[in-house]
Parts: sequence; C-alpha cells; structure tokens
Amino acid sequence: MSLVKVPRPTLGERLKRFFMADMFKGMWLTLKYNVGALTDKDSVKGFGIYTEQYPSVRPQVAPRFHGAPRLNMDPETHESLCIACNLCALACPEDCIDVIAMDIEMSVGGKPRKKKVLDEFIFDTSRCMFCALCQEACPTACLELTQEFELATYSRAGFVWNREMLEQGRESRKFEA
Amino acid sequence: MHQVEVATTQETLLDNPEMVLNMGPQHPSTHGVLRVVLRLDGETVIDLDCDIGFLHRGMEKIAENRLYPMIAPYWDRLDYIAAVSNGLVWVETVEQMLGLEVPPRAHYIRVILTELNRISSHLLWLATHALDIGAFTVLLHALREREEILKIFEQQFGARLTCHAWRIGGMPNDAYEGFTEDVQQFVDNFPGRIDQYETLLSENRIWLGRTVGIGVISARDAIAIGLSGPALRGSGVAWDIRKSRPYAAYADLDFDVPVGENGDTYDRYLVRLEEMRQSRRIVGQALKQMPGGPVNAKVPKVIKPPAGDYYHSIEGPKGEIGCYLVSDGTSRPYRVRVRPPCLINLQALRQMCVGHLVADVVAIIGTLDIVLGEIDR
Repeated sequence: MSLVKVPRPTLGERLKRFFMADMFKGMWLTLKYNVGALTDKDSVKGFGIYTEQYPSVRPQVAPRFHGAPRLNMDPETHESLCIACNLCALACPEDCIDVIAMDIEMSVGGKPRKKKVLDEFIFDTSRCMFCALCQEACPTACLELTQEFELATYSRAGFVWNREMLEQGRESRKFEA
Repeated sequence: MHQVEVATTQETLLDNPEMVLNMGPQHPSTHGVLRVVLRLDGETVIDLDCDIGFLHRGMEKIAENRLYPMIAPYWDRLDYIAAVSNGLVWVETVEQMLGLEVPPRAHYIRVILTELNRISSHLLWLATHALDIGAFTVLLHALREREEILKIFEQQFGARLTCHAWRIGGMPNDAYEGFTEDVQQFVDNFPGRIDQYETLLSENRIWLGRTVGIGVISARDAIAIGLSGPALRGSGVAWDIRKSRPYAAYADLDFDVPVGENGDTYDRYLVRLEEMRQSRRIVGQALKQMPGGPVNAKVPKVIKPPAGDYYHSIEGPKGEIGCYLVSDGTSRPYRVRVRPPCLINLQALRQMCVGHLVADVVAIIGTLDIVLGEIDR
C-alpha cells in the first residue's frame, strides 16, 4: 500500500505568511471573481454567475427526473393505459398508492366476460419519497414520474391526487417574476 | 452515557466559576439537531455530553417490515449527503448474501458515482466547516463544484440528493447519454478548483490559528474509540476499506491513501483535500477502463436471501459504513443493523474538546463531519 504524507508548511511558507502573502492571495482570487462576474456573463471562463434565476428562469430538469406522478393515456384512443393490476401499490415502500378497480361486463365474441378496469387511483404525494419503484413496477408504462417539480399546496388534502389530477395534470400556477 | 454535572458545593450560584451551556439542538454549527451540553470554566470546556436522538425515525425497525428492494430508498436518508454510498452498502450486502454476480460495467459505474459522491460530501463538509470557522468565500466556491456533481446525479438517477441510486443486482438504468463527457469535464476542471480552496485556506493565518493543534487525537486513542474514515487517517492510521477489503472494482484501480501526522483539525482538513484529489484520480481511471455490457445481473423476482447473517462494509465519505443483515429466509429481513460512521466518530468529541475554548467546539464538530440523519437513524 502506497501512502502519501500530507505536507506541512515549511520555513519558506512561514516567511511568506509574515509578509501577509496568504491574505493577499485569497483576496486576489476573490477580486478576480468579482470582476469576472461582471465581464463573463454566461460563465464561459468559469467566473460568471452560477446561481439559477428561479422563478424568472425555469430550470431544465433531467429527463429521468422523479417529479409529480402522472397516469399516461393511450395517445390515439385516449383511454387509460392502467390495467388495475395493483403492482405499483405493492411496490410502494410508503404504501401511498391506492388502486380501486371495478369489474365491467363486456362481451367478447358473443360470450359475456368480466373485465377489470380502473375506477379510481389515489396517489398521496405528501408521503411519496419519489423513489420511482412504482414507475419500474408498472407493466404498461402507465404510471410515470414526470419533470413537474412544483408540488406545494395550501392544504394537506391538496397533496392527495385522484385519478383526474393524475391523468390531466394539476392546474399549476405559474408565478411571474 | 457520561453525565455532565455541576458542582453544587458553593453557597450561591455566583460563587460557582463553572457554568453549563446548552449548545443546540437548533445551533447552526452542530450540523443538524445535535445538542451538546458543555460544562465551562470561563471559556474553557471542562466537560461535555452529547444529547442525540432528535432525528430518530426508526430506520432499522422500518426495514424489518419492508421487502428487500423497498429498503434502499430509506438507506439514502441515513446520511443524506452521501446517499449513493449508503445505497451501495445495502445493495452489496443483499447481493453477497444472495451470491449474485454483478456485471463489471455496473461495478465501474458504481465506483465512478460513489467517488463523485465522496467528492460532493467532502465539498459540503469543506463549505460548512469553513463557514463555521469564519471563511465564507469557500462555501460559494465549494458549492459550485458540488452543483456540477449533483447535475450528473440528476441526469443519471433522476434525483439530486436522495438518489435511490442502485437496485439489487445492478442499477435501474445504464449510464445516460453524455455521461462520459460530463464526468470527464468535471475530472478535467476539478484540480484547478481544489487549488482555489487551498489558496483561500491552507496558508491563511486565521485558518491556521483556528485549526492547527485543535482537537488532537492520537492514533492509539483513535483506534480505541473506533474512528474510521478521514478522522482516523488524520491521526496517521492508514486504514481504508477500499484497500484492505476491496469491493466493487476498487481492486483494479490505482490510488493512494492520504494520512496525516498530528491528528489535529488541520491534518484532517489536508487529508480530506488530498482524498478529493485521489477520488478524482479514481474517477478518471474508472472512466477509461469502463467495460461495456449489461448493467444488471439476473435477479429472482422475489428476493429471499438464505437464512443466516452477513456483515458487509464499505468506505463511505465519513468512514466505514457497515450493514449487518440477519435473514430468516423470508422476503423481509429479520433484523438489520447499520454500522454508522458518524455516531462512532462523534464519540471522540469529548476527548477532543476538553481543554479547548467554546469556539473550538464548533471547529471540532465540523472536523468530525457528522450528519445527524445517520447518528439518530
């Protein structure tokens, strides 16, 4: 195993300290950033402003971001992709998903058959920790965590999303700067 | 636990030169909800006691009632600054209990991202530690680099802090498009940035005055308490689990273990800075050697490790993160125990602080690099 001895200041460095070289070096670096922030507007040279100007500039979140949940619909038929299989509710560590299914009578080739369809879908976003296990469990790519990240509401009840909110998306207020 | 007592032999309270000072749990420099009860003579600390448990969530008990794949997101919330490392210890423990062979590509991606997590954890430590001591500028510089790492995490895992990075047997997704370029860019830029921190701190007279000779702990004491990580290496003990019991792909990678000499706050600072440089070296190497192929092993649908117990530990940013898992052969663990580096490092606080001033307690809490989420669990 090779080791690195951590260096300690030598006599020469102690002399430099006597002439306050350490203070001037630090202040020079800070001054460079102060001037740089004025000239280097888009942080090309690494001196610019790094702070995101939210909410006037909305950040671009990653495509894999785990944000607000959504129930996807078939783009052509506009029917829910959910088959009410309950796998997401079983995969959820916080038990914050409730899938309520109902049986409907339908006839397939003249024979009456029962089919399980989704009736109501309750997603409690106040207990959700956005681990995306539900999204991975979904066999039809219906339940998805989207890039929407503004989830604050004025009441606790507002955190519980029902099927309509999950399918249509919550009406979110956009704040102007 | 050791109790702080005030001598009550004096006639009135004013005759008593000693006083008890409560520091925390809302003190900003205790890095969370840590309450330190100090017994002072003037400004000198005679004795102290830590009161912990304000952030207790019962993680180990929660784990007994969850299926194996469900526990990983909770493990992120132990040490939320180093969520990727914490997640790794859980999945590796279960994988080794199941006897799963993880593909080499997954091992390399795990090494890259846990090392980036180590850098980001050390950067946040540097930022807050310097801020506690009075150097504000370093915070702005260190958080800028941390932001670059968190952007890589967001692209890869979909979350910035509590990533839920790994799954048992591999990872949820392969590296995203542009992963190599982003990491390479960080690797190229980072050495210049560390030099900037060094410019601001390493020779600064205020920094030296606040750190040199403060919180000294000898190698013998450090081993006796059970310190691990940079807190132990600052005392000159070259103990690193990445070298002594290599996991993931560390056996194939070349890196050095920095050690200090004097065991004071300044040495631990130098050790952590050098560790960031070594982590950057590891990331650069792993990126070059990263093989192709799948990132997931073949995992059974229902994970049921065989009955028995298993202990596995990795080198986290703060020290040895261990996980002791007892399985009774069902789909839920019988008992899980976390070996928390921060809790054990915190035990050195009393020995380090006694005889120093109140202001130094802040520096020593900072140098131990504790996160209360992991101490209280």
